[in-house]
This record gives sequence, C-alpha cells and structure tokens, in this order.
Amino acid sequence: MSTVSALAGVVVKELYRRKDFYVLFVLTALVTVLMGSMNFFHDKNIAGFLKEGCLWLIWISALVIAIVTTARQIPAECENRTIFPLLAKPVTRNQVVLGKFAGCWLATGIALVIFYVFFTIVAGTRENHWPVVSYLQALWLQWMMLAIVIALALLGSIVFAAPSSNSTICFVVVLGILLIGGHLDQVALRQPEPLRSIVYALYFLMPHLEWYDVRQFVFFEQGTVSWRACGLATLYAWLYSGMLLLAAWIVFRRKALNQ
Amino acid sequence: MHAIVELRNLRVEYKAPSAPDGKKVAVKNLNLQVRAGEVFGFLGPNGAGKTTTMNVLLGFVNATGGDAFLFDVNVREPIARQRIGYLPELTYYYKFLTAEEILRFYANIFGIERGLAEDRIDKLLKLVELESARKRPLKTYSKGMQQRVGLAQALINDPDLLILDEPTSGLDPLGRMKVRAIIQRLKNEGKTVFFSSHELGEVETICDRVAIINQGELKVEGSVVELVTKHQANLEQIFLNFIGYQPELAA
Repeated sequence: MSTVSALAGVVVKELYRRKDFYVLFVLTALVTVLMGSMNFFHDKNIAGFLKEGCLWLIWISALVIAIVTTARQIPAECENRTIFPLLAKPVTRNQVVLGKFAGCWLATGIALVIFYVFFTIVAGTRENHWPVVSYLQALWLQWMMLAIVIALALLGSIVFAAPSSNSTICFVVVLGILLIGGHLDQVALRQPEPLRSIVYALYFLMPHLEWYDVRQFVFFEQGTVSWRACGLATLYAWLYSGMLLLAAWIVFRRKALNQ
Repeated sequence: MHAIVELRNLRVEYKAPSAPDGKKVAVKNLNLQVRAGEVFGFLGPNGAGKTTTMNVLLGFVNATGGDAFLFDVNVREPIARQRIGYLPELTYYYKFLTAEEILRFYANIFGIERGLAEDRIDKLLKLVELESARKRPLKTYSKGMQQRVGLAQALINDPDLLILDEPTSGLDPLGRMKVRAIIQRLKNEGKTVFFSSHELGEVETICDRVAIINQGELKVEGSVVELVTKHQANLEQIFLNFIGYQPELAA
C-alpha cells in the first residue's frame, strides 16, 4: 500500500508543478467570473444558460486533465527511463499501474473540488441560493466517471506508444460515448442483422459514461439524484475501472523494458 | 563464501528480424557468482551483454533460459530486490522533485518508517555532499550532482548489494573520485558491489574480482591479482586480449 500511495503522491506533485492545470483553472475561473458578472435584463434563464456553460467547461477541463495526465504517465516513465530505478526496487508492475491510476484519479479529484468550490461560490453569490448537496452529488458522479476514463487512458497508454495518439483516441471514445452512447440501443433497432447485434453488443459492453452526467439536475435545479442510483453508479464505475486496470496490468506485466 | 548474485546458464534472446534466424542472442549461457562482501567488476565492450545481464537481475527483462538469483531468490520475484540498491548509467529520476523528495519517495517504496527515513536522508545527503542543494529540483542539478543523488537513492534502504551500471561514466575527475571514494567506503562497510565500468584503471584499483564478457559469452573470471599475475599484464591489456583486439597476447 505504501508503494501505491508513494507513486500516487508523485503523480499529484507532478500535476500541480506543471502549468496545464493552472491554465485550465484560470480559463474556467475567468468564464465563471464572467458568468457571475452578467445580468441581462434580470433574466434568470440567461444566468442559467451561463451556469450550464460553466458546468460544461468544468466537464471539458476535467476530461482534459484526466486524459492528458494519465496518457503520459507510463510512456513518460519509459521514455525518461524513470521506470528503471523504480522497478529495481521491490515494486511490481501491478503496483505501478495501481499507483498511476490512484495518482491520476486523486489529482483529477483535487482539480474537480477546486473547480466546483469556485463554481459554487460564484453561482451561490449570484443567485443567493446554495444547493450544495446537488453540487456535491454532481462532483462525486463526475469523479466516478473519471475513474473509468482514467483506467481507459491508462490501458491505452500501455497499448499505444505515443501519448498524443492515446489521448486523441480516448477523447474520441469518451465524447462518442457521452454524446451517442445512450442512444445506441435505439440505433440498433433500426439496423439490419448482423449490424443490429453488433451495435447491441457495443451498447451493452461499453461503459455508460452518460449516466454520470447530472448537469441537467444542477442546471434546472431538479434536486438530487436518488442515493440508490448514485450508489449503483459508483459500484458500476469501480467494477468497470477494475476490469480496465486488470487488462492494463495483463498487457504491462510481460512488456519488455530495454534500457 | 556465500553467493549473493548467481547466474545459472543465463540466456537472453531478442527478436531481430534482420538476423538470419530472426533472433539475436544477447547473453549465451552465462554462469557467474558474486560473493558476499566483494566488489565485483563486470567488464566488456559496448554491446557485450553487460546491461542485458543487469536488466535480467533487476527484473526488467525476462531470461529466455537459465536462472538468475539474488540472495537465493529468483529475480522474477520482486522481493529479491528488497536488499539491493541500483544506480543506472544515466540519471533517470523525476526532475520536478527535489533531492530530499526523491529520497523520501524511495524510502516510502521500501516502507521505511518516517523517522528512520528522515535520518537516513540527512546522512545520505551528507555522504554525497548535497546537503546545501537538498531543496532544489533535480532539473537544476549538474550531471555529477544527479549521479550523486542516484547513489544516495541506491543506498536509501541500506542495501546489502549494490548494482552500479557504469557509475562514473560521464563524470569529471573530481566527480569520479567522489563516487570511487563512496564505493570504497561501502566496501569497507562490508557491502557487496556488482558494477560495470569501462574505466579499467578504476576497476583494477577497487575490485576484488572481475569477469569479462564479449558477445554475450563469459571470457574470463577471477581475482584481479590472479589475472594480472597469470597474464603478466595490466587489466587493460588483459581486457583487450580477451575481447580479441590483440590476439597475439592470448598466447
């Protein structure tokens, strides 16, 4: 456990010593502040649309941080050869995969908390309304979704040599799932066989990241998602991440590392 | 004396599409023993198979055949590396960390208790003369300083065996002297040191025994004194002879 937490600690340190996170945070903060300062004809809907825009930006920023940070972890270890003194210690490759996952997930979680705290303060002072539980639930579900995304990017980083190609593929897959994943079953119904079975299989096999998008609850102030659904979604995220991490370990375990 | 490092018929093959049989043999049935408390020099020209052998010992590469053991534990088991320290040829550390952070990181990896770890970090930074630079990120260090951080991290677990891959390569004379002095000190403390080097004068000075390999095959093994006496030549001449550079000396 100390090995995994030590590895995770290095990932977190790396993230806050690089500029990527600060650039994204400043960008999101600027838009959020802009949202807070706007007031067109005292129209509540306009403030709401701006709020949605800000949440959308938080989603994109968190995805960028999660995918880009994760995609470079293991390839950078191999390219910079930091993996060699590391594996020369009593460290298993499984611990490397777990440590990297934990670090990226924790770092993304910290970034998310900062984004949401800022968003809550600005939105709350603007609307004189503090739906903190709803925001906390949105943050939690988004973080759970990011666990799946990070595990996917980690697996990709072992399969694909270049972090850029892995990042691009991950973005396309994640955005594809978020945008059309939930409708694939209906798409399947309109297809002839065997395409119908293939689309159905895809629908049941892919991780349903769209389940974690509760921005509409926050935007329309519809209260909170049921705690049961929230718990099941958490379990689903852990199971899916676990499967992807297992696949990552299987690929990484026999990979030759030549100096 | 008990063997700390043991290689039994070690064989490593790589895929090489350009080779006639599609593979390249990097290490050919290598048998070697390094005993407790000795400084062992592992010599050979570039591409001889030294680093590949070390890679097997460190678990980076799986042997195609034979076995390798550290403290009687097969190197395939990560626990075999619990009592070793490794210094790579070049400095491969997280450049955004400071010297004390990198040492703390490796101390955590070994599960060393916090108080003891801080104590060791202080002592090691003093040993490698980096106390004043301990809070600077590694990216601001010179090559010699990075190599000394490398030596400190290799010693963080107070290892019984040190594996050093060309520890003085690329260092200036002062840096080389400092690293040599540290190896000498470790030898006096009874540590076992297994190292590869191209600095044959240095090897002759500090090694108890040496092995010379070429093209993956063990050419000669023995104590430095024995080899020098037997061949009536210095280590450099012996080395050149065994790698086939001056075949007339072989007679």
